[in-house]
Amino acid sequence: MEEVLLSLRHISKNFGEGDVLSDVSIDVHKGEFVTLLGASGCGKTTTLRIVSGLETPDAGEVILNGQDMTGWPPERRPVNTVFQSYALFPHMNVEKNVAYGLKVRGVDKCAQAARVAEMLELVQMSEYAKRMPAQLSGGQRQRIAIARALAPQPQLLLLDEPLGALDLQLRRQMQIELKRLQKKLGITFIYITHDQEEAINMSDRIAVMRGGRFEQLGTPEEIYDHPATRYVAQFIGRSTLLEGTVRSVDDSLAVIGNENGRFTVDSAHANLRPGERCEICVRTERMRAGRAPVGGFDLPATVRETRYAGGSVLTYAVLADGTEVVAEGEERMSDAPQAGETVYMHWNPAQASVIGGASHGA
Amino acid sequence: MVCKRKRKIFSPIYLTLVLIILYLPILMVVIYSFNSGRTIGAWQGFTTGWYTRLFHNALMADALKNSLILAVLSAGFAGVIGTLGAIGLAHHRLRASGFIESLATLPMMIPELVLGMAYLALFTAVGVKLGMGALIATHTTFCVPYVFINVKSRLIGMDPAIEEAARDLGASPMRVLRDITLPLIMPSVISGMMLAVAMSLDDVVISFFVTSAETTTLPLKVYTGLRSGGTPEINALSTLMLAAIFIFVALSQLLRARSDRKLYASK
Repeated sequence: MEEVLLSLRHISKNFGEGDVLSDVSIDVHKGEFVTLLGASGCGKTTTLRIVSGLETPDAGEVILNGQDMTGWPPERRPVNTVFQSYALFPHMNVEKNVAYGLKVRGVDKCAQAARVAEMLELVQMSEYAKRMPAQLSGGQRQRIAIARALAPQPQLLLLDEPLGALDLQLRRQMQIELKRLQKKLGITFIYITHDQEEAINMSDRIAVMRGGRFEQLGTPEEIYDHPATRYVAQFIGRSTLLEGTVRSVDDSLAVIGNENGRFTVDSAHANLRPGERCEICVRTERMRAGRAPVGGFDLPATVRETRYAGGSVLTYAVLADGTEVVAEGEERMSDAPQAGETVYMHWNPAQASVIGGASHGA
Repeated sequence: MVCKRKRKIFSPIYLTLVLIILYLPILMVVIYSFNSGRTIGAWQGFTTGWYTRLFHNALMADALKNSLILAVLSAGFAGVIGTLGAIGLAHHRLRASGFIESLATLPMMIPELVLGMAYLALFTAVGVKLGMGALIATHTTFCVPYVFINVKSRLIGMDPAIEEAARDLGASPMRVLRDITLPLIMPSVISGMMLAVAMSLDDVVISFFVTSAETTTLPLKVYTGLRSGGTPEINALSTLMLAAIFIFVALSQLLRARSDRKLYASK
């Protein structure tokens, strides 16, 4: 398969108050865009700092290109970081900031100037070469931080929430630009964010982190369609989780029942057996609220309210035991069910997934 | 409404009073340094004669030289020691950090009289000759906190990622110190050293204990001059020292304010 650039093997780190990272392992391939996604305090920044060498792990190995560089100081590693605060050198102008990584490596002046010009061109900041960081806007500083980190031609670029300080519009624009840049240069990116949308839009693979562990590692599609755990299902996208007992399995369809009724799910990924307990995840935009039961489903609910969500209608309803479910339909507000009405929840069985079902295979 | 107006009148009066109490005595010295008569309180006409006499006084010139050498050297040593201490303490989060920090700034709180006696006792015990060497050692000691506090507060205000970014880009720790840390804290180092110069220039008590007959400093001269009756010459000298110290403190504040603006503007 693809060539492995970076391997983290059984990395653990403890700052004295419990494990920040425990037994984290991942192989990152050349040219891949991998995102570490998680809430703050999940260990994603520590993981990044262990790769850059700014932190040393208590246990485990950091291997780059087959070479163990666990104990190497950051200045020896062919890895550069874009910091969340940009960390531009305030006493140097843009040009000198970008040149710094070349200067300390002893690149000659001519080559430095050429590379700096090339980098500033790449991030469309050529006319700002002589400005001081204090004279730049947030978005401009961001570009300079990226140019500075790319200048020494790192094999791996680490980005620690690089868009966290930008407003939404600029964020969206920079997401597209960053992704384009990464494709163009073919450099491997490890990207940190707590924004699930950003992760899904940009990554080749996402590692969802929680409490210092990888909760799930997979492509955005795998993670969205087949969340391995309850946490992943709830952290990424909006969904309804339903528990029940498998009643029957036929071909690859499993019928599951609970006190609220029964429903069907594609069990191709999960290998369910009759009598087994399981939990399934249905994404809100795939959940439907119909006025009559659909084959394979018998899941009545009482409508609490309906809300227009721009192009679609959200129906909030409760099942017999009080579980809240949300469905998204494409009907118009005038056709939507009224509060108090009984609706029948259903979905395309292929689009719901059994939690944990895919993780064994991945 | 009434209350508000009252406060409007009250606070300027209060402020003026405080300023008068603080600065009137100093103003007296300045004014009477231009008095052609010999006694404070009896104005007999304007003259700059005392200043001329002061500049032609060989003993004064000696004292001035001593004071300048002492101030510059102590501020210099304090600059190095205080800066290194602050960097060391800021970079290594030791368990004893707080303790070391209070220990380093303690000389500011200890009564000068006690410090002076302590130094004298130490120097006699280990056989250090009193004079310039002893003066420099003591002044360096009480100047260190001014540099230390200044530099430490700058380092704390700095984004640690700036130094990390330099490491990340390939700079060794020494290189980071040279290229990044020192240039960024330099305004605070200099501002701290300016304060140190000001402190050294006006110290009487500690110097009194460790000086020798050949190494009289300006403040000591003022002190002994006053004991032997006091002359308008001393007023003139005090005025000049006041001006010098004012300039150093003002420079120190200015430098700080300017570089702070620069650093925070980039955040």
